[in-house]
Amino acid sequence: MTGTLLALTTHGDPLYAHGVGWFVWVVVLIKVLVAFAVLLVSVMLMIWFERKVISDMQSRIGPNRAGPWGLLQTLADGTKLFFKEDLLPERSDRFVFKLAPYLSLVPALLIFTVVPVGGIVTIAGHPFELQVADPPIGILVVLAMSAVAVYGVMLAGWSSGSKYPLLGSVRASAQMISYEAALGIVVVTVVLVTGSLSTRAMVESQSAAFWDWNVIRLGIVPFLLFLTAITAELTRPPFDLTEAESELVGGFHTEYSSIRFALFFLAEFMNVITMSAVVVTLFFGGPDGPVPHLPTFDVWFPTVWFLGKVLVFLFIYVWFRAALPRLRYDQLMTLGWKYLIPFSLVWLLGVAGFLVDGWWGLGVIVVGAACAGLLVRAFAIGRGRADQHGSMTALGARLSRPTLVTGSPLAPPIPPAPPSPPARPVTTRPVSGTEGEG
Amino acid sequence: MTPLLLASTRATIPDLITFVVCAAVVLTGALGVVMSRNSVHAALSLVLTLFGVAVLFIEQDAQFLAAVQVIVYAGAIVVLFLFVIMFLGVDREENVAAEPLKGQRPLALVLVVIAATGIIFLAATSHWVTGAHAVAGSTTAGGHSNTYLLGRSVFTTYLWAFEITAGLLVIAVVGAVVLARRPSQVHEEPRDARPAAPGAGGPGDAAVASPPVAAAVAAGTGASGSTTDDGERRPVPAGVTGRAEDGMDERVTGS
Repeated sequence: MTGTLLALTTHGDPLYAHGVGWFVWVVVLIKVLVAFAVLLVSVMLMIWFERKVISDMQSRIGPNRAGPWGLLQTLADGTKLFFKEDLLPERSDRFVFKLAPYLSLVPALLIFTVVPVGGIVTIAGHPFELQVADPPIGILVVLAMSAVAVYGVMLAGWSSGSKYPLLGSVRASAQMISYEAALGIVVVTVVLVTGSLSTRAMVESQSAAFWDWNVIRLGIVPFLLFLTAITAELTRPPFDLTEAESELVGGFHTEYSSIRFALFFLAEFMNVITMSAVVVTLFFGGPDGPVPHLPTFDVWFPTVWFLGKVLVFLFIYVWFRAALPRLRYDQLMTLGWKYLIPFSLVWLLGVAGFLVDGWWGLGVIVVGAACAGLLVRAFAIGRGRADQHGSMTALGARLSRPTLVTGSPLAPPIPPAPPSPPARPVTTRPVSGTEGEG
Repeated sequence: MTPLLLASTRATIPDLITFVVCAAVVLTGALGVVMSRNSVHAALSLVLTLFGVAVLFIEQDAQFLAAVQVIVYAGAIVVLFLFVIMFLGVDREENVAAEPLKGQRPLALVLVVIAATGIIFLAATSHWVTGAHAVAGSTTAGGHSNTYLLGRSVFTTYLWAFEITAGLLVIAVVGAVVLARRPSQVHEEPRDARPAAPGAGGPGDAAVASPPVAAAVAAGTGASGSTTDDGERRPVPAGVTGRAEDGMDERVTGS
């Protein structure tokens, strides 16, 4: 664990080193347009990829009609959705209902701007980074945008004026907020060893050799925590309770149709791609990898490495979906608040300790392990009490469960009211009645 | 006015354009907050204002503050506002004609006149701090990044204030948790005559972490059954869930 305290200076894109001329404008414009187009096309391919891979895993064929190997299936679906009637539910809040899909899509696009997709390219004597923007607060943009993405989901559910979307959106936003904490702490761990918030600096600090990749340098745990947290953040399986079809019809987008519905899916798959790219940036050296020295082509090899690494994570997400069953809501919250956050905190302190001194690090690890043990013990005690507590009512709950399930989902089975309060009015009313009469 | 402003603050034309646009956005949002009849729209206007301020922070080279502004205020605080608004069922159009306080309109007018007079008086008599030098030094001193300098000053010069604030926030969180958990204990006691321990919640009890989220979660999970498969019963703050339902019912049937 070797923390290199870099000179904490602002580097930024060399493109802007000599002022902003027309060439800079053109380059920036091209970067933005290319990133936008590439993202849209890759979403199209990602949906096809997901459907094909999951079909293979389930011994089906999958889309195979539109284009070779069904490659154009997404395009066909998109065209169909585009020409569908656009319905506005009568009880919806029209303005917010129309706004919500864009609040999902824009953050998904913006996150990708800070991801370094390649090395430094020189065109006409002007070197520039293969990255749309390299702000000094790079990784905070990712966190800020994933915080903003909550609005799209939340407002979509609320503005539909319908119960299932509302329940789905509440689940989604509670889940996203809960896992954002763990996400942020793991990002801080990476920032500690990098010494900078810039994504480019993170990639550069991992570029010496592959054992300098953060996944190895930080111990493998932060990577696993991060992967779990962003899977929840993306509301992908196994954390997809927000659109649990068996319970909520379709989650927050139940009332959406036509192109607005398509926008939500666009945002969702775009988020999968950008978040995979963020994982690669934070833990796997981004575009880092052995580059053969070929004339004019070696500049583009990092990009190939980057794409390859992202593809691995895209596959992992599809694999998750095919292999893992959905978590229950309380399990989701337990995992987030009681395991991910304490573990990421202890690991953060451990990494900070090792950056100071080996002994400090060991001390922090020992103290952290002791605290974690106490915490687990406390959970066990709490759980044991809850079990004892619940054992009296467990039988009753099991028996009454079918009625709960078939009952109106909007009348949540609140723990049955304690017997005394209903009894009280019954006993008092005759008294008051007789008083009134007499 | 414009050349004067540019001359006195060494700002460039793009700076001025950014400022004007952001100021317009901030003011639009601020007016929206107080003038929207629907409280969700008001909360969204607040987000607009916060974004405008964040861009103004970037304009001032305070990138870290801008990011934190978006993450903390827009990403967490207003989201919690929205949770509360949605779950207390106050997300309807308000009847503006009704006056809960007698004579509040004339009183408001008087206060506005007093405040405006005060502002005009101050503007006329005192001198502006716009363009003055920062007390804590430049945001890009010595070629260091803004984040570095902020961290330096927070963890050295202003450490005491920083730690006090942190302590205050922890106290507030603990207090909120204690207040939020009390009803569930009261309700549980008569069910099985044994004292409900503070930690007696099921494993899905998120109240420890953040009460508003927990309340929302409790209400949201109601549909799938707050009685889980193990028969563990999670303490749902009865008052909160009940009201949430009322709110939703009104939404579905009323609005």
